[in-house]
Amino acid sequence: MANKFKSSSQGKLLSSLLVNGILILICLIWLIPTIGVLVTSFRQSEDIFKSGWWTVLPHQEDVQSGEMKIDASVDVNGPITIDGVTATFEEWRAGITMPDGRKLTWYGNKRTRTLTISELKWVGFAANLTLDNYKNTLSGQEIRFKDGSGQEIVRKGNNLATAFLNSVAVAVPATIIPILIAAFAAFGFAWLNFPGRKFMFIMVVVLLVVPLQIALVPILQDYTKLNLNGTYLAMWLAHTGFGLPLAIYLLFNYVSTLPRELLEAAFIDGASNFTIFTQLILPLSVPALASFAIFQFLWVWNDYLVALIFLGDKNRVITMALAAIVGEKGQDWHLLTSGAFLSMLLPLAVFFALQRYFVRGMMAGSVKG
Amino acid sequence: MQTQSGKTPSRENPLVWLTTNLGRVLISLFVPVITFLVLWQGFIFLRDSDAPQVVSVLVAILWGVGGVALLFFVANWLVEQLPKEWSHRLQPFVFVGPGVAILTWYLAVPVIRTFILSFRNDIGQGFVGLENYIFALSDRVMLEAFRNNLLWMIVGTSVSVGLGLLIAVLADRSRFESVYKAIIFMPMAISFVGAGVIWKFVYTYKGEGSGIQEIGLLNAIILGLGGQSQPWLQIPPWNNFLLIIIMVWLQTGYAMVIISSAIKGVPGELLEAARMDGANEIRAFFSITVPYIQGTLLTVTTTIVIFSLKLFDIVRVMTGGNNGTNVIANEFYLQSFTYNQTGRASAIAIILLIIAIPVIVYNLRQFSERRAF
Repeated sequence: MANKFKSSSQGKLLSSLLVNGILILICLIWLIPTIGVLVTSFRQSEDIFKSGWWTVLPHQEDVQSGEMKIDASVDVNGPITIDGVTATFEEWRAGITMPDGRKLTWYGNKRTRTLTISELKWVGFAANLTLDNYKNTLSGQEIRFKDGSGQEIVRKGNNLATAFLNSVAVAVPATIIPILIAAFAAFGFAWLNFPGRKFMFIMVVVLLVVPLQIALVPILQDYTKLNLNGTYLAMWLAHTGFGLPLAIYLLFNYVSTLPRELLEAAFIDGASNFTIFTQLILPLSVPALASFAIFQFLWVWNDYLVALIFLGDKNRVITMALAAIVGEKGQDWHLLTSGAFLSMLLPLAVFFALQRYFVRGMMAGSVKG
Repeated sequence: MQTQSGKTPSRENPLVWLTTNLGRVLISLFVPVITFLVLWQGFIFLRDSDAPQVVSVLVAILWGVGGVALLFFVANWLVEQLPKEWSHRLQPFVFVGPGVAILTWYLAVPVIRTFILSFRNDIGQGFVGLENYIFALSDRVMLEAFRNNLLWMIVGTSVSVGLGLLIAVLADRSRFESVYKAIIFMPMAISFVGAGVIWKFVYTYKGEGSGIQEIGLLNAIILGLGGQSQPWLQIPPWNNFLLIIIMVWLQTGYAMVIISSAIKGVPGELLEAARMDGANEIRAFFSITVPYIQGTLLTVTTTIVIFSLKLFDIVRVMTGGNNGTNVIANEFYLQSFTYNQTGRASAIAIILLIIAIPVIVYNLRQFSERRAF
């Protein structure tokens, strides 16, 4: 009996190790690309082009410690003997590790008669990190940095600071406005009676899955007529329009489950619909409102397509600014990585702070949908 | 309910009502005018002011959010000034109206307008019959886009859902469940553009030559294993799979979270009973857990399929659709905003809508089953 117990607890330990091992492996695969970008964003621009980001970690590397000249009398066409080791030129060129641990590598062609001496050492404990990349991407002024060959480059910055603020100006109202409108509508659908109620709600359900590509061309035509292109208002309205079906649907599901007695009591007390809504429904719906708010905020902040079409280069938001760096300067990894991190800062903070609400909103949106 | 009651209430004479309530009527006219002026001034300020950006951003937020709240408040106040019967009749529309109006303008009417545009030429005039649809369904570029979208749908969705299921099941047995889940879920908070940068850096290629060190992780690993570094994003058809990896990275978290909560709903007694009957874990999983959560699996799969169909940003940022990586949504963007082929773009959008119709029907059926509305 005791034996059996022991073996089963051992089995448990083994399976737990296996489970956690697999999960840790997957999580590492998930995290490493992001860590690479994070590390790179703090490295000197020159270093980024020369070596992979993982070289900031402690590792063994050949470190050049000196040079050695071969005497002119040595015949370089036959086997060459250096410090007691004999090998052909090709072998020397590929590098040979001497018995004392040094590595000798022939530099260039036969005529140079030069060998570099390097030793395998542990490096990476003193990583050369900087905040310059962040300063450079944020700035709209002229910036200077060194490229891979050490040349200094001067150009205009990408002005991510402005883009960041634009994103705030777009995302905050584009989150609150649809919530407000949807909350009113959800209350109306759930608790008021009026002609066309069912038809209108069916419209909401149908529009849940309509791809927003459908709307882009006609709405752009309207905006051109109304001269709204490139304004915050255009973005708020567009995101409100595209976010409303889900918002109304989610909030309706929530509001319609509030206890009927509660509302009837308020009606009997003579409260108007508006009072009931602002004093009773809104406070009670905070969890649902928060869920949708996070959902919508992340959506708007991370949106690229809608901004690309309705904002253009005026008031450009952070995703567009970042995409512009990818397009113009695809190899400027110091700007790209720091820009990418700046764009992720706020959504990641919101996400980790309010993850529970986000998950709840997402579940309501899909499992019930 | 009052709207459906058949009795006609005795009405006051409108003229008498008007004269006795003249003050109220005047105020009722005055308030909307003031509201409108305030909002208009805000609009002018935002359009023309040279204030520092922080100020104008704050004003914009205040104006936008406050404006909407104000409009609701004023509209409701106006309706409440009306005689009780009318106020009762109109008030629901104050609540529902703005939402329905915006939905109509931004989604419902555009479906019809895009449908009409899809039968017209590039500048939206003249009737061209099915020409745009023939283009959309038979052009070489479009066929490639459809093929790629199919790849995204099948490979991307199945890997995302499969991996999500695996992680959900495994994490359910671990003490550190929430940590693992948060890490896998994290990419959901990252924009596709940001994800594009992250993965572009993984795939980056510097070229061959002495002294050149690959700084992209993938090429470094390949070199470390003794292979040759490659410009991965330029090699069809493999570049498609490399892009799909990004989608998997982004969407697995979604699948995992939803599936995970469904797994938690599987009754423990059922699993316990199966184990008592001698079923091992794998058997219990396939004959109890999977059937129990199949509804959720279906929903998650559909959502990700729809997502992969509309996918745009990743392809746009990573390759621009070049080297055989084009997808429908990117071709839609190119046709409408680069080549100004409004008709063709509209036809593509309508095709996207048609593909989504089964989901719409499913949603409607669910809706009518669930409650007597």
